[in-house]
Amino acid sequence: MNLTLFVWRQEDANAQGRMEKYEAQAITPDMSFLEMLDVVNLGLIAQGRAPIAFEHDCREGICGSCSMMINGVAHGPRPATATCQLHMRHFKDGDTLHIEPWRSKAFPVIKDLVVDRGSFDRIIQAGGYVSVNTGNAPDANAIPVPKVDSELAMDAAACIGCGACVAACPNGSAALFTSAKISHLGLLPQGGPEREIRVLRMVEAMDEEGFGNCTMHRECEAVCPKQISTNFIARMNREFLRASLKHAKT
Amino acid sequence: MSSPFSFYKSTVGKKIVMAVTGFIGVGYVMGHVCGNLLVFAGPGPLNNYAHLLKVSKAFLWGARSVLIAAVVLHVVAAYQLWRTSAESRPTEYVRWSPVNSTWASRTMRWTGPLLLIFIAFHLFHLTGGQIHPGGAFSEHDVYHNVVTGFRVWWVSVAYIAAMLALSLHMYHGVWSMFQSVGLNHPRYNGFIRHAATVVTIVVVVGFISIPVAVLLRLIS
Amino acid sequence: MDLNSQVPSGPIEKKWDQHRFEMKLVNPSNKRKHTILVVGSGLAGASAAASLAELGYNVKCFCYQDSPRRAHSIAAQGGINAAKNYPNDGDSISRLFYDTVKGGDFRSREANVYRLAQISVNIIDQCVAQGVPFAREYGGLLDNRSFGGAQVSRTFYARGQTGQQLLLGAYQALERQIHLRKVQMFPRTEMLDLIVIDGKARGITARNLVTGTIESFVGDAVVLATGGYGNVFYLSTNAKNSNATAIWRAYKRGAAFANPCYTQIHPTCIPVSGHYQSKLTLMSESLRNDGRIWVPLKKGDPRPPNEIPRQERDYFLERKYPSFGNLVPRDVASRNAKQICDEGRGVGPTGQSVYLDFAEALERLGEETIREKYGNLFEMYERITAENPYKVPMRIYPAIHYTMGGLWVDYNLMSTIPGLFVAGEANFSDHGANRLGASALMQGLADGYFIIPYTLGNYLASTKLEKVTAEDPRCKQTEDGVSALTHQLLSINGQRPADSFHQELGKVLWEDCGMARSEAGLKRALRKIPEIREEFWKDLRVIGANEELNQELEKAGRVADYMDLAELICRDALERAESCGCHFREEFQTPEGEAKRNDSDFCYVAAWEFKGRGQPPALHKEALHFENVHLTQRSYK
Repeated sequence: MNLTLFVWRQEDANAQGRMEKYEAQAITPDMSFLEMLDVVNLGLIAQGRAPIAFEHDCREGICGSCSMMINGVAHGPRPATATCQLHMRHFKDGDTLHIEPWRSKAFPVIKDLVVDRGSFDRIIQAGGYVSVNTGNAPDANAIPVPKVDSELAMDAAACIGCGACVAACPNGSAALFTSAKISHLGLLPQGGPEREIRVLRMVEAMDEEGFGNCTMHRECEAVCPKQISTNFIARMNREFLRASLKHAKT
Repeated sequence: MSSPFSFYKSTVGKKIVMAVTGFIGVGYVMGHVCGNLLVFAGPGPLNNYAHLLKVSKAFLWGARSVLIAAVVLHVVAAYQLWRTSAESRPTEYVRWSPVNSTWASRTMRWTGPLLLIFIAFHLFHLTGGQIHPGGAFSEHDVYHNVVTGFRVWWVSVAYIAAMLALSLHMYHGVWSMFQSVGLNHPRYNGFIRHAATVVTIVVVVGFISIPVAVLLRLIS
Repeated sequence: MDLNSQVPSGPIEKKWDQHRFEMKLVNPSNKRKHTILVVGSGLAGASAAASLAELGYNVKCFCYQDSPRRAHSIAAQGGINAAKNYPNDGDSISRLFYDTVKGGDFRSREANVYRLAQISVNIIDQCVAQGVPFAREYGGLLDNRSFGGAQVSRTFYARGQTGQQLLLGAYQALERQIHLRKVQMFPRTEMLDLIVIDGKARGITARNLVTGTIESFVGDAVVLATGGYGNVFYLSTNAKNSNATAIWRAYKRGAAFANPCYTQIHPTCIPVSGHYQSKLTLMSESLRNDGRIWVPLKKGDPRPPNEIPRQERDYFLERKYPSFGNLVPRDVASRNAKQICDEGRGVGPTGQSVYLDFAEALERLGEETIREKYGNLFEMYERITAENPYKVPMRIYPAIHYTMGGLWVDYNLMSTIPGLFVAGEANFSDHGANRLGASALMQGLADGYFIIPYTLGNYLASTKLEKVTAEDPRCKQTEDGVSALTHQLLSINGQRPADSFHQELGKVLWEDCGMARSEAGLKRALRKIPEIREEFWKDLRVIGANEELNQELEKAGRVADYMDLAELICRDALERAESCGCHFREEFQTPEGEAKRNDSDFCYVAAWEFKGRGQPPALHKEALHFENVHLTQRSYK
């Protein structure tokens, strides 16, 4: 199949970007979306032109590197699918595709489709952990955890940190990402002692990065490759309220 | 961290403020529509009800100050959050397609200001009477003011339009305020969503029924 | 070259305790005067960096990804072994030790493996305390499942995302130390050389992948935790950017490379569908519990699988191994699939796959049961191939998955360069010639959380180190070397992109040094590889410049190293004239076609020393002594 691509090209963080048109030829339906871009890049290299820079690594939907808006939808049209797991059979011969990087003040473009998601790391640094040094741990079975809590924690922990939630949100909010980590740790007894301080600090860090606020459009959960639920955002809000009422000082 | 200032400073805190003030607003419109529907019982009951509200100055101004505070907080927080969100995406997408959001959720920022304008007009129209194109405004005859007010067709149309905006604002807002304060449970989420829809329909249909009834001469 | 394994004396159960007692300690107030460089942020790297920082050292941690959370440990699905014996089914440290040594076909160092089994129990405790959401039973306690090569249930898991959850645990511990300013993180930074001063590892030279700046970082010790080198084969289950550059350049600086030919192949991967294929996806081998593997009897049978009657099918594993059938070990299953395809009886558009058929299991157990057991795998398969495995048989083919070989390390996980420690898949330490399922995560975390923090302290406490700064002329010299290489790659100005050479190299390696190796094939590969390399240095095309984010340049540098590494792999495979674990030499097999070890001549670790460009490397041997296990021949008939 042959497709027409409009791809965001931007030499570096300071350059002015623009959409450029490319023809993707001899694409087969079994290719992944990234393999289609590989083919386009080989063509560009053969012509001596700069290949399109895009982030990718595991190509099996777990590392969270790949990140592109495909026709205005983060990770493209398939639900519960990261770009690397999206195959060309879901497109038709002759389709026109618009490919853009994640757009957010907190995700500045580095080059073409590559953005800097360091803001997510900084949110985790603010409190997305249990403060336990190596060697301090009691026996793993010392504290029983109800299976329902542990499963729900795992639902939240499945987040791959790709940033699609931010990219898709009309407000550019990172609430889904932040709330997933707050919920994961807050649901487990191991995360209990830092429950309040964690939510206060992480929300503060999230705001400092310049993300927008959540108005419950629920675009994030629709594009999340791991189908993380916006129920976790409500949980974060509840935890925040609880912590604010309870916590005297930090 | 837990001072009111830092609470309000965070986006989540502002959303909680919006939810609580929104809740006050919803409570108010629900009461308001119930009172208003007395118009169908005739001039006596409506005017008595209106009179009753003003018996105690303390009650009246107490309620009014809560409402004014709620509106001010709601509007200020909304404006600030809107700024934050607008700044969070300095470069817009060339293409963006919605997947899950509703028209109601995407128009909150337009229905909100519209309602604010409407509230101002409404106060001048039926509370103060400074703008009352339907004829003489009588401070004690609410029934008369309503009927004469809505006889003016464009006033009725404006009210109906504003109520449609209210319906959009409430359809998203009533449900979403539960999320903002974290009242969320898989077992009740469906119920909250439906209840929000039902409340919205009841309130809006209730409000709209009055100008419609006036225009159709069901009330005179 | 001196290969002193530094294994402590005494009974095996006491070695690690005794050693920990004997090791020198660094005074807490002196720890903050030391800087440690950790390269790589996967399970081993992140856990080492976090643990060292907790102890008080200043740590600088480097990774090529945009965040440490994306290291390829994240893709491990199955689980992590630990000798907890929670299910009360007779597990013990000794049993995990024995299973691992036997699974490795008796080519690993006993003392290291025993220590690994001992530490395994602490790892689970540590991870649970960090908030890793392992699967639990209704009583709230941890659940276990069984895995290949063991008769007990000792595998802890978090759905099919165990690697992800363990990595996030280590990542969170690392981020906490970053917040506390004990770790300075350098993402999008690739190590391109090791700085060796007075014979000791004192730093690294790295390229900032965004700006292209080449910069040196110095410290008192360097920990390499940069993963395996499976990507040398081009197609593998590794992440696209996983690479061997860090360990390879350390090798060129004097670190011995051990057992490079021990590369593991996983039998149940989704087959290659075309030339554009960029990587292979693995599916859990648990599928072989219920699926039957077959090919048509007739070569090139054009009929769809469902129309081929039973008597015209060849269930080749069941035919050749009646007692184990489809459940033979990874290496045996993989080899047989390759043989069948080489005979021309493979199926699918490329002829490079065999059927894994669930029709019978679906009939016997019903679709509901199958969905419960394998639902997510079936879904993954359908997502990639657009074929519904409930209706048509899956097609599978083996793929390179893990490398047991790596930089040689002693009991302290220190390489032959003093001060250079190697952790996780990057070292050769624990798996011998074959790794058991769910043991990679265990090893990475054991190295990072519980071994290196001790042994590195011992090194610092017992070594005198001169003061070195990044402005040292010897650092500048390394930087110049790196710049020159980068410049060379950019200025060839040929026709072919790095990927095309990589693909060509991978094909040679896969054909002649993949699942089955022979003297003739290896010699052929050793002829072809230098030709490809020569072509590479003549006809490479890298678009763009150094001073920008340049993914083609990154690839080119990595492929340049693969050229040399591939040669070493073949050389090692040729030298090891026996079959053991994943290293199968066709000349050395039992009459039944099984791997035939030669313990009298090859019971050693082959450690290769770099002798300069164009010079053959020198082979050093570390003899393996087995005092606690009895060497036996595996049989699966």
